[in-house]
Amino acid sequence: MSQVTQLIHQYLRHNKRFPHVYCPGCGHGIVLGSLVRSVHNLGLSKDEVCLVAGIGCSGRMAVYVDFNTVHTTHGRALTFATGIKLANPELTVICVMGDGDALSIGGNHLIHAARRNIGVTALILNNNIYGMTGGQCSSTTPMGSRSMTTPYGQLENTFDIVELAKAAGANYVARSTAFHAKMMDAQISQALSRPGFSLVETFSPCHTQYGRKNQFRTVVDMYQDLKVRSTPLEKWNEMDPAKRGDKFPIGVFVERDEPGLEERYMAMAEGLRKKEANA
Amino acid sequence: MAQKARRKNKELFALGNEAVVEGALLAGCTFFAGYPITPSSEIMEVMAQKLPRTENGAFIQMEDEIASMGAVIGASLAGRKAMTATSGPGFSLMQEHIGYACMVEAPCVIVNVMRGGPSTGLPTSPAQGDVQMARWGTHGDHPIIVLSASTVQECLEMTIVAFNFSEKYRVPVILLIDEITAHTREKITIPSERDYEIFSRVLPSMPPEWFKPFEETTRGVPPMAPIGSGYRIHVTGLTHDPLGYPTQRPDEVEEFTHRLFRKIDQHFADIVLTEEYETKDAEVAVVAYGSVARSAHLAVDQAREQGIKAGLLHLKTLFPFPRAALEKLTRRGAAILVPEMNMGQISREVKRVNAGRVRVRTINRVDGQIITPSQILKNIGQM
Repeated sequence: MSQVTQLIHQYLRHNKRFPHVYCPGCGHGIVLGSLVRSVHNLGLSKDEVCLVAGIGCSGRMAVYVDFNTVHTTHGRALTFATGIKLANPELTVICVMGDGDALSIGGNHLIHAARRNIGVTALILNNNIYGMTGGQCSSTTPMGSRSMTTPYGQLENTFDIVELAKAAGANYVARSTAFHAKMMDAQISQALSRPGFSLVETFSPCHTQYGRKNQFRTVVDMYQDLKVRSTPLEKWNEMDPAKRGDKFPIGVFVERDEPGLEERYMAMAEGLRKKEANA
Repeated sequence: MAQKARRKNKELFALGNEAVVEGALLAGCTFFAGYPITPSSEIMEVMAQKLPRTENGAFIQMEDEIASMGAVIGASLAGRKAMTATSGPGFSLMQEHIGYACMVEAPCVIVNVMRGGPSTGLPTSPAQGDVQMARWGTHGDHPIIVLSASTVQECLEMTIVAFNFSEKYRVPVILLIDEITAHTREKITIPSERDYEIFSRVLPSMPPEWFKPFEETTRGVPPMAPIGSGYRIHVTGLTHDPLGYPTQRPDEVEEFTHRLFRKIDQHFADIVLTEEYETKDAEVAVVAYGSVARSAHLAVDQAREQGIKAGLLHLKTLFPFPRAALEKLTRRGAAILVPEMNMGQISREVKRVNAGRVRVRTINRVDGQIITPSQILKNIGQM
């Protein structure tokens, strides 16, 4: 049996929930594979992993993997994850969200989860659009792009997820794309093994909703575009800003080991109880 | 978590809001997430102080009420007895997640200290305007349990009841308190452990591969496995089959919805709490809840002194509506008076149950003021 088949049998609820809902060419399957490989390589048991997901295509990931899985409401996955982590700090809590989920309806929760540095790994599958809902624009739809609700082109600026998470205080911030699966593996593994709040943004192309409205004739064109535009961070830093154009940096942006909120809370509570016992 | 100091009956001079915290801790609450809002904030403040001192207690101030309710459900799924407290505007924000809790059958307690509304309304004045929102605030068909408290002592007791019901029936329980009760300070007795029962959710006893997390049982309530206990279940706000996976099969969808209702219907006798005072021979019965029930109690005494046969039906459970207790009075022909600090949210239920049998009169006060015993007495006299 190949390693892929073994991992499928070990980690997916294959007998119950397949075939999956993802369209041909969707990047979500690549992220799912990367997530499974990371959990496997870190030697985590399925019982100690809790996957919390929001709504939409990325949210469906929760039903496929054989961890503890919670499919929550739109945009609020991080609030559930916060409760779960505080209630049981032993769990490895992973939060899978789309760009609409994490930055539009759930933008406030994202900045606060990063600010309080709760020990959750946020995985943002950025496809620049609301996929499952029918192709409306999100807060990462690039300026000028077409969608069902920006038929004449997006006029608003987009969020830079990495800059946002950096500014809000996340412990670990990284970005990769579905074209860079190996890099993604390394980043997700890193994110899962760090304390505090980790965020990995992955560009995961949606050809069905985004590609066909924005002059990408085939799925391959979309991956080609990711390949051409993504620039390793070291290279990006050396580039003349005037020449960056529509390129974007990928790599690891923040690496810190500050203790997570749950650790700080437990230390405080333990101190209080000790003091009380001695009094 | 009951602490050693609580083993003996202890007396406290407490606010209604503080009594809620005492009740919650006695009931075994170890998780609170909330967002400050008048007039409920003391509940959160005292929780922030006490929870880290209790075994495993965790407290968090979230960024808003939506987040608070999400965290409460997350903690509940992870095995904690969890609660939040809020007031009208915050309660509105929580509604989507209250629906989620109904759907995934996550036990939790939501205390709503009602203030005047709509909107920002009267933040420091009492009202009872959230009664129907507590029942019908979220979307879709679902049962829910709504309780009320009229004294500081009752704030403590009803909070224990709220936790017990939520754990027994795997349902969010809403405790409605009005601002008067929340901010009244009076002497209360902390009961000793033998004076009250504590229920906790039933855990599965079968091996994980046999477990169907949303399967019908004789009690109507499936056992619940905490996240991380080896059962690896899928929890979703989508309508799900007994295994917990999304379904659109009409037979499974219908059966699921019916089971949600059945688990509450089946236990009406346990859930529907009322207290009767001088109702045996009453010709006029006052139906009241919250602080108004206190005013009504005194008004009944005063009416009796004047020779009017008055009585009080005090509702402690508001939903499911205590139909049988009311019917007993209306069938006997007692005229009904319903005083409440809203435009008629419980009198609506009373009129529905009465179905035109006897005269129903209402007192509706919406000026941010208390309903006094004399106001009720005057109306009893006019019946």
